[in-house]
Amino acid sequence: MITIKNLHKHFGKNKVISGVNLNISEGGVFAILGPNGSGKTTLIKCILGMVIPTMGKIYVRDTSIKNNWIYRRDIDYLPQIANFPSNLSVKELIKMIKDLRGKFCDETPLIERFQLESVLNSKLGTLSGGTKQKVNLLLTFMFDSPLIILDEPTSGLDPIALIRLKELIRQEKIKGKTIVITSHIMSFVEEMADEIVFLLGGQVYYKGTIDGLKKKTAQQDFEHAIATVLTKNYA
Amino acid sequence: MLKILKYSCYDLLRSRWSYVYFLFYLLLGVVLLFLNNDLSKAVITLMNVIIILVPLIGTIFGVMYYYNSKEFTALLLAQPVKRSSIFLGQYLGVALSLSMSLIIGLGLPFVFYGLLESNTIWDFSLLLITGAFLTLIFTALAFNIALYNENKIKGFGYAILLWLFLAVIYDGLFLMSLIVFESYPLDTYSLVATMLNPIDLSRILILLKLDISALLGYTGAVFQKFFGTNLGVLLSTLVLSIWVILPMFNIYRKSKRKDF
Amino acid sequence: MNISLKIVSIVLLVFSGFANASVIVCKSCELSTIKQGIDAAKENDTIFVKKGTYKEHNLVIDKPITLIGQDYPVIDGESKGEIIRVISDNVTVDGLFIINVGTSYTEDYAAIRIVKSKHFVIKNLVLEKLFFGIYLEKSSFGKVYHNKIIGDAKEEYSSGNGIQLWYSQNVEIENNIITRVRDGIYLEFANNCSIKNNISSDNLRYGLHFMFSNDDNYEHNTFENNGAGVAVMFSKQIKMLDNTFKKNWGTASYGLLLKEINDAEIIGNTFEENTIGIHIEGSNRIRYDNNDFINNGWAIKVRGACYTNTFVNNNFLYNSFDISYNSNLNDNEFSNNYWSNYTGYDLDKDGFGDVPYRPVKLFSYVVNRTPETIILLRSLFIDIIDFSEKVSPVFTPENLIDHQPLMHKI
Repeated sequence: MITIKNLHKHFGKNKVISGVNLNISEGGVFAILGPNGSGKTTLIKCILGMVIPTMGKIYVRDTSIKNNWIYRRDIDYLPQIANFPSNLSVKELIKMIKDLRGKFCDETPLIERFQLESVLNSKLGTLSGGTKQKVNLLLTFMFDSPLIILDEPTSGLDPIALIRLKELIRQEKIKGKTIVITSHIMSFVEEMADEIVFLLGGQVYYKGTIDGLKKKTAQQDFEHAIATVLTKNYA
Repeated sequence: MLKILKYSCYDLLRSRWSYVYFLFYLLLGVVLLFLNNDLSKAVITLMNVIIILVPLIGTIFGVMYYYNSKEFTALLLAQPVKRSSIFLGQYLGVALSLSMSLIIGLGLPFVFYGLLESNTIWDFSLLLITGAFLTLIFTALAFNIALYNENKIKGFGYAILLWLFLAVIYDGLFLMSLIVFESYPLDTYSLVATMLNPIDLSRILILLKLDISALLGYTGAVFQKFFGTNLGVLLSTLVLSIWVILPMFNIYRKSKRKDF
Repeated sequence: MNISLKIVSIVLLVFSGFANASVIVCKSCELSTIKQGIDAAKENDTIFVKKGTYKEHNLVIDKPITLIGQDYPVIDGESKGEIIRVISDNVTVDGLFIINVGTSYTEDYAAIRIVKSKHFVIKNLVLEKLFFGIYLEKSSFGKVYHNKIIGDAKEEYSSGNGIQLWYSQNVEIENNIITRVRDGIYLEFANNCSIKNNISSDNLRYGLHFMFSNDDNYEHNTFENNGAGVAVMFSKQIKMLDNTFKKNWGTASYGLLLKEINDAEIIGNTFEENTIGIHIEGSNRIRYDNNDFINNGWAIKVRGACYTNTFVNNNFLYNSFDISYNSNLNDNEFSNNYWSNYTGYDLDKDGFGDVPYRPVKLFSYVVNRTPETIILLRSLFIDIIDFSEKVSPVFTPENLIDHQPLMHKI
């Protein structure tokens, strides 16, 4: 699904990603983990074409993404921070995004799922953080794209919405979609992810299953495994 | 790009500012024409407005819009839309809606005044066309500045500085250079120096209508040739177009490379 | 027109038949040349020249006769020299179409020249392809009216003037149309002349030109698109009333040039779209009253010493510069003028602005020094330096102020 070859990204002198090689196969939930500043978001933005790599190549469904924008039709992206034009209403935003993607879809089941009917006519600027995140999720799952990228999807969600989100991810997974997630909530990752990649200092520290990581670190549970990795490297 | 343009325009139409801008011009036109009742004087005042205020508003509006629509931009970047389309679309959205405010705001009172039948229509359309050009130019320059500066305050500062430079400081330096080198032939130099500054160039274009008597008093052959013929108008229009196209191209170029 | 002319001729014929005889010249008549006609005529006779083309030059009228062309007969000088010379008093020349005057660099050939004669009348002539048109030499008390002079001058050195007066006094020049010659009307040592209702346009040098001529007046004339409108030089007591000076464009171009002029009156004139409305050099005690200066580059440019001139009740409308001085001394009075550039207010509603107006801008001083700077006209920077000069004058005359600028146009 996604192939990354020798990816480097420098912001000035700051080398955020240095030499990432990664292959994300089709189908399943793939989690990108790592401490703050390890380059998770940058990696995702590189895949989305929002950040231009300093070096290296990225292929999505076997086509290079360089100077290409059409491949984004196959991606649904949930940004980390839900920032929307504040003077649009939810309804207008949905209409606009649909218009921009030029794709037909039915958003009503999702609106019901996240209980957004009451805020459809409110301006986005007046919504709470959690509601914004729901709108954010709605916009992401509205389209039936084969690749879904979720950057910190759990932030600001109430328990019910979180359960709904998990349901949704499972549903999409069953449909055979590829879902890429970054998250700090280890339990969420452990529950959802089929495969993880652990980034450290801009490089791939580990790629494989969660069990593999547990074995590698000789820890019983996932959280401790991660903690071991971090203390080993930062102690 | 057209979709982005549509949404930018739509977005601007909902914001208070484009109405303020439109109403300002409408009021200006009405005051100048109906309270003053002196067309020639109105045209002179308008010229000052157009060569000073229009670039300033274009600059500020451009920078402001860019920074204010960052979320919108971020949202768009993840969509299957060409990057250059996003920025050029937004740019055109701002520039065109500002130009429309200017043209309609000033145009309406003049139409009601019965300008269409008078000879001043050409002078007046020239004013509006240069105004539109200046809006396009300065909004584009503002977008460039904003693209290069993530820091909002810095971006605003540079944009104001740019305006100040082109509207005032440039002419001061120009005047000093002319006086210092007065013993040399300066025809070509002064023409080129004028061409290089869009505000000066627009000013000269309007002067060709307003103060041709004085301009023809100058001895220089290059001047005479320039001001005496249509070549001057043609050349000026060309240079103004370049002033629009170059910054636009740079928006295109820079937006392709920028990280978000 | 033709019919009325004929009737007049017939009436003239009938009446003159009693007092004076008349002589008829036509191509098929006994007298088939004008020369023969003049020779045949006696004093106070009238010669009628019928329609036709007469190839003649060097015609001399040496007795008081009236020479009338009927239906505009053509006298073709074939560019051989002067065409008609009048050397007698009381001669009238009327209704001729004179073409092809010879050009010479040594002699001023004219279509018609009056020499040392009085009481002449030159009217209804049409002159084309000429060198000089009507040349009055030491001749007085005559009239030149309703003539049309159409030249084709290209260079100043190879062209002559439309109407020239040299040592001629008390001449009336009215209703003439003069175009494309060197000077439309030129007066040298010509006093007490009056010039009215003429249109002088597209001439190479001046529309009207005075040299060493005193006590003349010109009024209701139009001077358009000449090298320069009117030049008045080294002359006294000239009255200039209700004339229009228009579109005199160019480097050294002006509506009106005053050089060493004293005690003149300039009243009720319109100066429109000239590079310089009035250029004044060394001229004193001149009254400028009720003139309109509209859309000129410079309404008034003052050079050298000019004393006790008064500018009252004029309209200065939309000129690039109202007044320009080349020094910071001023002895002239400006008051009660309307200035469209005035931005003051009138709180006491007496019709006069409460803040004095300073018509000389610093920028006009700068442009005098460095002409190229004109390209910065109306720039914001220039407005700023003009403003600071207004607040504390350094380069421009401090006392050049209209203390009572009018709030409304006259």
